Amino acid sequence: MPRHEFGRPFNRMLIAEVVGTVVSTQKNRKLEGAKLLLVQPLTLEGEPRGTALLTIDAVGAGVGERVLVVIEGKAAGDALGRKAAAVDAAIVGIIDSVEYSDAHE
Amino acid sequence: MQLARVIGEVVATVKDANLTGTTLLVLQPIAISGEPAGRTLVAVDSVGAGVGEHVFFVRGREAAFPFYPAEPPTDAAIVGIVDHWTAG
Repeated sequence: MPRHEFGRPFNRMLIAEVVGTVVSTQKNRKLEGAKLLLVQPLTLEGEPRGTALLTIDAVGAGVGERVLVVIEGKAAGDALGRKAAAVDAAIVGIIDSVEYSDAHE
Repeated sequence: MQLARVIGEVVATVKDANLTGTTLLVLQPIAISGEPAGRTLVAVDSVGAGVGEHVFFVRGREAAFPFYPAEPPTDAAIVGIVDHWTAG
């Protein structure tokens, strides 16, 4: 797994499962009204991979669903519909299914 | 973003002019179990967090956004205080 030089664990779109919700009353103004979901990144086989992340939900996902997560500030801000928002991860899709052949091929 | 617990404060008298007036806090990232997960780091605070509180923080260039139009040279910023979270 490639590691960001400053320790950001991922820098790509990834598959994850929604595992929880976060309630925060006091937060940055640009995040007001945003839905915060905890997601656990998964391998293609569906096994947990790495530490859970906190994301902005842009598509109405719920706990237990498999989702597509983007780990990049510009994309996450776009998903939230706000420019220059202090976010670095967003759920941009709910996954129906994933098909793949041998990942090492 | 990531969950973390504020475990300390950094005092730096001599620093970049764009960091003047900011609060620098030491964070321990945590897993949803509440257990420490990964290395500690220093983040600029944008919400008035204090030691012992659970927060979430953003990494990368977006970490400067809460301070707009100022552009502090930071790669991590606390953007929310966590009231509570649910897992599972």
